[in-house]
Amino acid sequence: MSSTAVTSQSLDDLTSIPALLARNAKRYGLQTAYREKEFGIWQSWTWAETLAEVRALSLGFLALGMQRGDYVAIIGRNRPALYWSMVAAQSVGAIPVPLYQDAVAEEMAYVLDHCGARFVVCGDQEQVDKVLEVQETVKCIEEILYLDKRGMRKYDHSHMNWLDDVMREGRAAETRLGGELDKRSAALTLDDTCVMLYTSGTTGKPKGVVLSNRNIIVTSKNSSEFDKLRPGDEILAYLPMAWVGDFIFAIGQAYWTGFCVNCPESAQTMLTDLREIGPTYYFAPPRIFETMLTTVMIRMEDASPLKRRLFHHFMEHARKIGPRLLDGKPVGAGDKLKYALGNLLVYGPLKDTLGLRRIRVAYTAGEAIGPEIFDFYRALGINLKQLYGQTEASVFITQQPDGEVRSDTVGVPSPGVEVRIAENGEVFYRSPGTFESYYKNAESTASTKDAEGWVATGDAGFFEEATGHLRIIDRAKDVGKMADGGMFAPKYVENKLKFYPNILEAVVFGNNRDRCVAFINIDLGAVGSWAERNNIAYSSYQELASLKPVLDTIQEHVETVNESVAQDDMLSGCQIHRFLVLHKELDADDGEMTRTRKVRRRIVEEKFNDLIDALYGGKDSIYTETEVTYEDGRKGKLKATLEIRDAKVFGQVAAKVAAE
Amino acid sequence: MKGQGDAMRDTAPEEGYVTADGRKIGGVAMEMRNITLRFGGVVAIKDISFDIRWGEIRAIIGPNGAGKSSMLNVISGFYHPQEGDVIFKGYKRPKMRPYQVARMGIARTFQNIALFEGMSVLDNIMTGRLHHMKANLFQQALWWGRAQREEDENREQVEKIIDFLEIQHIRKTPVARLPYGLKKRVELARALAAEPSILLLDEPMAGMNVEEKEDMSRFILDVNDEFGTTTVLIEHDMGVVMDLSDRVVVMDYGKKIGDGTPDEVRTNEEVIKAYLGVAHE
Repeated sequence: MSSTAVTSQSLDDLTSIPALLARNAKRYGLQTAYREKEFGIWQSWTWAETLAEVRALSLGFLALGMQRGDYVAIIGRNRPALYWSMVAAQSVGAIPVPLYQDAVAEEMAYVLDHCGARFVVCGDQEQVDKVLEVQETVKCIEEILYLDKRGMRKYDHSHMNWLDDVMREGRAAETRLGGELDKRSAALTLDDTCVMLYTSGTTGKPKGVVLSNRNIIVTSKNSSEFDKLRPGDEILAYLPMAWVGDFIFAIGQAYWTGFCVNCPESAQTMLTDLREIGPTYYFAPPRIFETMLTTVMIRMEDASPLKRRLFHHFMEHARKIGPRLLDGKPVGAGDKLKYALGNLLVYGPLKDTLGLRRIRVAYTAGEAIGPEIFDFYRALGINLKQLYGQTEASVFITQQPDGEVRSDTVGVPSPGVEVRIAENGEVFYRSPGTFESYYKNAESTASTKDAEGWVATGDAGFFEEATGHLRIIDRAKDVGKMADGGMFAPKYVENKLKFYPNILEAVVFGNNRDRCVAFINIDLGAVGSWAERNNIAYSSYQELASLKPVLDTIQEHVETVNESVAQDDMLSGCQIHRFLVLHKELDADDGEMTRTRKVRRRIVEEKFNDLIDALYGGKDSIYTETEVTYEDGRKGKLKATLEIRDAKVFGQVAAKVAAE
Repeated sequence: MKGQGDAMRDTAPEEGYVTADGRKIGGVAMEMRNITLRFGGVVAIKDISFDIRWGEIRAIIGPNGAGKSSMLNVISGFYHPQEGDVIFKGYKRPKMRPYQVARMGIARTFQNIALFEGMSVLDNIMTGRLHHMKANLFQQALWWGRAQREEDENREQVEKIIDFLEIQHIRKTPVARLPYGLKKRVELARALAAEPSILLLDEPMAGMNVEEKEDMSRFILDVNDEFGTTTVLIEHDMGVVMDLSDRVVVMDYGKKIGDGTPDEVRTNEEVIKAYLGVAHE
């Protein structure tokens, strides 16, 4: 492909992440590369210091006998030293494999065994314990390294090292191993593997996606230029390191552009740290934007009447004017003035509180975002956009350019990416970021990527003719047919349901059936706060979910959604006839969701088979028992009697069309 | 401090022992010798003797009113027994005020939380560092020299404890806004801030739910493991006591009725009768 050829020429010697690091240390030596809050203070490292740390770590890895082509697993929360471990592994010619830190031991065992990891770098004792447990069955692991020393004193250290010790040994070995390290780093080419990431996999075992230096570097270059990222930008690295997005944002783009990566103190302090850092470039899944908005709304309910009225008055104005201002459309002087006043009184302080004041570019992806949520942030003047991507594409397939942002599309093809829609509606792409292969899985590689490099996304979608923007309907394999031949797109309906703050999760069934039914998960935060304000007592999620007023509210939501689904003549068959509110939250620990919190439809369908039968069977209530796994791995049983509700459906659309 | 110089060195520290999980327990840190404590006509503690070894987790258990808290108050120097001696680090401890005892490296938490409710978590823990601050009023007022330097050093120590007890997210939160379980953890943090060699915990798990108890147990074990802090705790929850402690003293009506490892205590008939109830077949 010509575009790839051009870009790879202009990359000169920048053929690997370690090469980019060396360039940054020269060019941006004294600018901050990493920041981490520890002991209540932001500690920082410049690019030059980062280079020194990574070099020490690489030499230490060499001293421990790390070979070219070794796989190095990295498990832990986002911390500079763990990012450095990845780059250090690359420097010695090894391949980093970041894992999800909240994975349980057996999930971890599969991945460690599959990639044959010789080295495992752990964040803390918790991860070390899991790896030790795994080691009983997975024999390839030779050395365990850890970052946080706490609680580690009593362990057998014959094949275990503290990262600080590794670095100390590395520094001491500079004269002996420095030459070898330089030789290995210099040998890295654009075609060498940069990183291997395991996809969470909504079905079956995780697959190891092999991404080359070319994939990562060219994609990072293109996407950085697309959004005009620059040195001096700040991001907060808080999403799982095993996720491709984190690798692209916190390593790919950060090293290409030379901006600063900030690591929060702990998962609980994320929002405080966000406020302190005030990032200029930000990514969050819709869920986080949703939670933020819900918190704001709950707190506004408790505010004094004056503040509440101010807030609502100016927010209404912002909803009208804010997005137009962002898109650079003409706005009257009076409206502009009022917006400025609102900015002074409401929007500015609110953005400050959320830590979003300095944002130039923010993205959301992974799931559909509710139009109201999306518009709320746009109204505040935050440049929130959507992108569509996947691990196999090194993230970017399509994204929204500034000024062409809407909540229901995912944008135009990213620079260098070609997209086409197959006959059955499935989206295909081809790009410089397209993955090399699935590790040790030629069969899956061949079925996903054809000889010409086109990759099937597994999503069904179409291009809007007027704007050229892509719209995604659903997973291609989830799109089915109703018994009467109509189209069944569960995600479409579920998303509409999930846009209500009271509904956390919804699963719609109806493939090959005559009508649709649904499971609902309520949002404990939103519904709980409502219950508190109305003096309704509840002791658990289960009890709250079975209260009559809660069910009434959910029923209203379902019926409103039915009404709006009925407007779409292609999908009007997807209206929900009956529903129930589940007695437990769907949870990754029980296998009902992926670690990235996507519902595993098949597993839910199997597990709650009795409930589906009841929904179709016409009963009013159903008694059920469900096995649950607690966070410490113990199992227990939940028992409940669930009420099943009928929802009103709307069928007039077809008749109306006929009448016209 | 009159007694300390002339008191003869009372006990030679004996050899320690090694626990089942491989922790090394040292010699005797503190010995209670024939302690009797009376409030007017009421005898709260009757002729009790036992020892506490360096590095161990020592529990005192017993039914309500058995005299456990009184015992802890004797150790912390708040009560002065009418009879008997407290031997600390091999020397007989003279009558002292609680703050003097604190300076000797004994810190405690309270059964009913005794934190400054209006102050932030950070400030509360900083108060635990009080006796590590030597700057005078003048220096403090002018925020100059030693005062400034000390604040930095102490803050660093406090931050390490905040990190250790995983309470970073509530660092700046006023204590009054915290749930009960977290308040207890803040109290533990304040006690640890004093860098004690002996830590006294008065019912650290009282009123906690299962999850909070698990967390607290883990922190008590971690503190003991990481800093080697000798810990004396009073606790009602038998499950917790038996899992946590190396040795247990059992009290009933001011008397000691049992002393030994959790297993020994569990099978001690007098203990079963007085405290655990009659064993059912």
